[in-house]
Amino acid sequence: MAPREITFLEALRQGLWEEMERDERVFILGEDVGAYGGAFKVTDGFAKKFGESRVIDTPIAEAAIVGAAAGAAHMGLRPVAEMQFIDFISCAYDMLTNYVATARYRAGLSTPMVVRGPCGGYVRGGPFHSQNPEAAFLHTPGLKIVYPATARDAKGLIKASIRDEDPVLYLEHKWLYRRIKEQLPEGEEILTPIGQARVAREGKHLSIITYGATVWKSLEAADKLEKADGLAVEVLDLRTLLPMDDAAIVATVQKTNKVLIVHEDTRTGGIAGEIAARINEQAFEWLDGPIMRVTAHDVPIPYAPTLEDFVLPQTDDIVKAARWLAAY
Amino acid sequence: MALPATRPTAAIPAGAALSAEQLLEIYYYLRLTRTLEERLVALYRQTKVIGGLFRSLGQEGESVASAFALERGRNKDILSPLIRNLGSLLVMGAQPIEILRQYMAKADSPTRGRELNVHFNDLEKGYLGQISHLGDMIPVMAGIALSFRMRHEPRVGLVYIGDGGTSTGTFHEGLNLAAVQRLPLVVIGEYNHWAYSTPPEKQFAVKDLADKAKGYGIPAVTVDGNDVFAVYEATKFAVERARRGKGVHFIEVKTYRRKGHAEHDDQHYVPKDVLDRWASENDPVDRYVQRLLSADLVAEADLKDIDERVRVEVDQATDACVDEPLPSAETALPGVYVDPPAADKHWFKAL
Repeated sequence: MAPREITFLEALRQGLWEEMERDERVFILGEDVGAYGGAFKVTDGFAKKFGESRVIDTPIAEAAIVGAAAGAAHMGLRPVAEMQFIDFISCAYDMLTNYVATARYRAGLSTPMVVRGPCGGYVRGGPFHSQNPEAAFLHTPGLKIVYPATARDAKGLIKASIRDEDPVLYLEHKWLYRRIKEQLPEGEEILTPIGQARVAREGKHLSIITYGATVWKSLEAADKLEKADGLAVEVLDLRTLLPMDDAAIVATVQKTNKVLIVHEDTRTGGIAGEIAARINEQAFEWLDGPIMRVTAHDVPIPYAPTLEDFVLPQTDDIVKAARWLAAY
Repeated sequence: MALPATRPTAAIPAGAALSAEQLLEIYYYLRLTRTLEERLVALYRQTKVIGGLFRSLGQEGESVASAFALERGRNKDILSPLIRNLGSLLVMGAQPIEILRQYMAKADSPTRGRELNVHFNDLEKGYLGQISHLGDMIPVMAGIALSFRMRHEPRVGLVYIGDGGTSTGTFHEGLNLAAVQRLPLVVIGEYNHWAYSTPPEKQFAVKDLADKAKGYGIPAVTVDGNDVFAVYEATKFAVERARRGKGVHFIEVKTYRRKGHAEHDDQHYVPKDVLDRWASENDPVDRYVQRLLSADLVAEADLKDIDERVRVEVDQATDACVDEPLPSAETALPGVYVDPPAADKHWFKAL
């Protein structure tokens, strides 16, 4: 059967659907996930297929959603909790960082659960529908964080996250939902291993380390740099942020000797700082230039297109920064 | 400050229907709780307890009686105790030596020195340890109750919350979710009059904790928390109602915290005459014994035998673990995840 082109969102939906079919322990809970099918229709049709007992509409109560998922996970179920927008995960910050993340270490409790939701900007969502929360959870031992950029990984990582024995935060960029399309083979099980980065584009002059929506902006920048400057830019898509794939990061540094870290989240305390520290510790002597960052400005994400476009990293920002670094 | 009213309980409630054997078992857990805590005080003063020591003096009755209303055994009901529910934990099968090891941070403690005091679990025996963020266990226990319902298991969850804990957001979120989903969950609201040093009138503007539960459409009852029979009867009713699929039930137990927040706290903010009256007139263990003996339900000699048995058990448990080692340093690294199995050891440790 010929492969069919599907969107990032459809790939995620398929992954969820397949795991629900495969394993009756898997269930979904969240706001408007049942009859309505989720704010972005990720769980459209799930309630009809799997029933209200496995697709549970909850009150607007993120801490209770995450807490109840944890309790069910302790008992051997495999909950997938949806945050309607990932911005609201901060309401469950205590439950995730204090309760869920520590459970195995402090008490030997198994908590196999996924918390997923739409994140990111470029969609004129304003301060509370555009956030990238990964840095707030990166320094929490006990959580895993995955952040797919491709349709294949959207499917492969949701399936791997559901099967993981530990709690996973699955971040899905809403700008990618219907923008990214990919042919995925049918009848082949797609599983993306957690903890492994992916070289999205081979290069030799400079490495861009990134994840999420900025993978695509970095690839676009790499195209432009090749055509205009003859630069071969390598793009490393991290895919998993926690645990971070140090080996892949070091490998690309050793290959190109120059590193630009690009992320959509704000700069101060952002993940780029952590990546830079790891490169400093593990590959200092391989560097031929400073590790530079292209990130959002340190402001809340504003609504007006003129403001949002300025605040968030754009392809041209990446092109200019990479050109500067290549010439260093 | 007036002594809060407690209902006189002259007659044993009809629903309590406990055999002499069960009555003695309850007495055993009451006595074990108190004696074990007294032993912990001694160990605390000898600096063998690593962290703080939290007493449940005056609250043993409601802890033991509420837990006793559950079905116990492998994979039966599950409760989540708070710091002053040592009695509940013991009823569910936690062993005195486990409590002692936890407080002394021993390598062989249930959490291998990672967590404090009663913060440990055995889901098969039926208890899930709390974390320090009060209220968080309400949603978590709602999730456990949800798993019972999804699997069509006739099991019930029970969770405790203090008067101060009912101010937290997670308490309200969890209670509401459990109510909407009609989960098999019983919530015991412990009105012990003090949240650290804060009295109820600075904590909430309702008179009874039960009023809060009613706001979520949950049946709620207020009982004398120092009356073992009343707590047992109310909990038994709520538990069996939940087991029949009738949803959440809230039981407020009025009691009194007779020690400070922890052993370091001299509770200077509590009027001494109030404390004295609760101790002399309304001690849950004394009241229980009086009831047993005045109604001729058990023989006094049986109670004395239990006192002696408890003393021996606590002595033996203490002797068995007091000199045990703390965990070795590098056992701190494994077990954050299944994969990777251990956290990286820092480079400078090898210098």
